[in-house]
Amino acid sequence: MDELIKYGPELAVGFLNNLKLSLVIAVFSLIVGTILAAMRVSPTPVLRAAGTAYVNVVRNTPLTLVLAFCYLGLSDTLGLIFSQEEPLTNSFWLAVLGMSAYTAAFVCESLRAGINTVPMGQAEAARAIGLTFFQSLRLIILPQATRSVIAPLGSVFIAMIKNTTVVAAAGYTVDVANVMKTTFDTTGVSIPIFLGIVAAFVALILPIGYFSGWLAKRMAVAR
Amino acid sequence: MTVQASVLFDTPGRRGRLRNHLITAVAALVLLAVLAWVVLKLKDKGQLNPDLWAPFFTADTWVNFIIPGLQGTLTAAVLGAVFALLFGSVFGIARLSDHRWVRIPAGAVVELFRAIPLLLLIFFIWYLSPNLFGGGDYALFAIVLGLTLYNGSVLAEVVRAGINAIPRGQSEAAYAIGLRKSGVMRLVLLPQGITTMMPAVVSQLVVLLKDTALGYFIVYVDLLNMGFKNLPSVYPGTKLVSAIVIGVIYIAMAMALSSFATWLEKRSRRSRKSSAKPLEPVPFVGVDGGGAP
Repeated sequence: MDELIKYGPELAVGFLNNLKLSLVIAVFSLIVGTILAAMRVSPTPVLRAAGTAYVNVVRNTPLTLVLAFCYLGLSDTLGLIFSQEEPLTNSFWLAVLGMSAYTAAFVCESLRAGINTVPMGQAEAARAIGLTFFQSLRLIILPQATRSVIAPLGSVFIAMIKNTTVVAAAGYTVDVANVMKTTFDTTGVSIPIFLGIVAAFVALILPIGYFSGWLAKRMAVAR
Repeated sequence: MTVQASVLFDTPGRRGRLRNHLITAVAALVLLAVLAWVVLKLKDKGQLNPDLWAPFFTADTWVNFIIPGLQGTLTAAVLGAVFALLFGSVFGIARLSDHRWVRIPAGAVVELFRAIPLLLLIFFIWYLSPNLFGGGDYALFAIVLGLTLYNGSVLAEVVRAGINAIPRGQSEAAYAIGLRKSGVMRLVLLPQGITTMMPAVVSQLVVLLKDTALGYFIVYVDLLNMGFKNLPSVYPGTKLVSAIVIGVIYIAMAMALSSFATWLEKRSRRSRKSSAKPLEPVPFVGVDGGGAP
């Protein structure tokens, strides 16, 4: 127990870094994911193909490789640098870039699956009563699609929060996994420290899981 | 280039087709511009030099780096898959037990390991093992055990959902003809459940395969370490190129497994051997949602 109290503050800082990353990545991946989903359901074959290619490539690449590629490939080799003075700021944004690019593919797939759950008859009925494209999108399709998207999107974000422990591959070495590793290196393995971090993650993830599950059930479309 | 009607779009008329052609042209131009910018940037940094690809045309690179790395990755993936499947079936069935003292601990284990970030688990096992079992190399052990506990827990949920998806009438009929609990499970529920859950199981195995790349952090001899750390240190300047090569290998392996899952799904949708519909594959790669029951 002593080690957990002794290293508590450092671990808490590390965990806050994970939280910070999660928030920024959530915003970016939602934006990029929505754009990708729009591309994948558009009536334009070129956009559809580009969206499909992106999703298939990114989704099948290990996240560790994506992040290491951002760090060693994009930053070191191609000179993509977000901050000259602060290496940690640079790697923070590289981690955000890699993880947003990765998570966006999953956001895109959940959104697309949501749109596909809307029965064809709904759209046909909307056209039959003379609604325009944007009216039927706003009044008929999106309200139904958003509801069936809540639970899968919740799981995507839970996965993303857990995945922020991998960002050391992008050179961002102040996240909680790396702080834990450093403490293990100096004082040896400590079960209380591990359990403490696990408890922190569970305390963060469980409410999100239950809330999105509850919301999805509450808002479910009765068909 | 006819566009079928979808939920979002009606079959386009003459004006709609014209507009679609216009959007297609603009989109193609934008994509080409992005591509051109990337190529220019690569050329700027001297990454288009064909000499950079030379190492990949020598047998040494493959024999010394990529094939041993691939072996490491596949060893971890196969061992992890076998143990995770065992763990998943045992705990999935345990969660369906009629006895509370079996059901609740099994549920707790599954929910816990689903919520722990996999890398933390692997680190913990890696650092703990030498204290428990004495010195040695525990990289493979840590990865396999981590993959087993995490993916096994996800698979346990798949197994549970697969068996729950079978209509009640099946087990009721089985009890009615006098089968015991074990017989109902072994002869009626499991054979149908396996067909139902196969697609979800295979797509979880894709996740497992990708997660072997976490060996990068504990210097396990896998494809990522050999191909992306060791290879570019021998041939300077090949970071980008080797990232592309090993990326393609990872993607090819994952896509081969995914398309197997799709094929299985199609097949089980056609077959009438099971009375339940195939489960949706667990769609979240990397680490899936923990917590929500």
